[in-house]
Amino acid sequence: MSRNRHPLFVPLILVGGLIFGFGLAFSHMARPEVVLDFLQFVDLGLVFVMFGAAVISGIAFAVMPRLRDRAPLTGDVYGRRLKAFDRNVLIGGAIFGVGWGLSGICPGAAYASLGIGNVTILWAFVGMFAGAYLQGRWRSQRPATETAATGAD
Amino acid sequence: MFEIAVPAELVAQVAPLEPFPNGVYRYAVGGLLVGLGAVVIYLGTGIAAGASTFLESTLSYVSEQSRFQQYRASRDWRVVFTLGIILGAAVYAVVWQGEAWTTDVQPWRLLVGGVLVGIGTRIGKGCTSGHGVCGVGSASKTSIVGVVTFLTVAIVTAQLVQAMGVSP
Repeated sequence: MSRNRHPLFVPLILVGGLIFGFGLAFSHMARPEVVLDFLQFVDLGLVFVMFGAAVISGIAFAVMPRLRDRAPLTGDVYGRRLKAFDRNVLIGGAIFGVGWGLSGICPGAAYASLGIGNVTILWAFVGMFAGAYLQGRWRSQRPATETAATGAD
Repeated sequence: MFEIAVPAELVAQVAPLEPFPNGVYRYAVGGLLVGLGAVVIYLGTGIAAGASTFLESTLSYVSEQSRFQQYRASRDWRVVFTLGIILGAAVYAVVWQGEAWTTDVQPWRLLVGGVLVGIGTRIGKGCTSGHGVCGVGSASKTSIVGVVTFLTVAIVTAQLVQAMGVSP
């Protein structure tokens, strides 16, 4: 990330967030009930949301690096979202899965849920920040566990 | 005429007669817009954004823990991204939804689920947007494994919760 940010950097992030949040609300993913309906096989529409979004982003991730080297607003090299695989992906994924299946909420959809007036979702905000804080404290004290990553991507 | 006594809700769980009772339009269009939002940010900045890092990066404003401080450089724009998500959903609500919508899912489920989501996404390196949208879009093996893991566990959890009669 460049130190001197382009003046359009923050406005662009805001516009991207607006479209992202509008899409979450339009798809009804901002309603925990609809997510739970998917997980309980009542309405499988969520498949279209995740695949639709992944296909669109996949096209950009595949095409942009061939067209240009660097992004105009940051000078960052265009790359893909690749994270090293380790045990934490499975452990964290499983913990996230229990939370998602219990509540029907995930971070992006929870933010969007606040936007559609769902003040009850603030319980989930309190929970998510508490959870992120707990893991952050724990991992700040045990940095050694971070070194076991292997490059699977 | 004999009928096999299978409870209706069990039938619905195993094989939905109508997999898309609300159609697919809202889901497909909404999904394309979610992807477009991520792409707009990527084209301008090269950043493949996920929604869950906001939780840790925002905690860096109030906590000196090293784990949070590593996100100092990105914490400001992540707040902007999240405000954008909230505002974008609000635009939808004002124009199409009409009035505020609130969930019937019980607060304890949101709170406990939220804690597990907060811990899990951060240990697991991503959530439904980071792994599920940007990671899968990147054909990342790590993200595909992450998605399969949390999706499978979430389905089992939601089915168990339902079977135990917890509703909504």
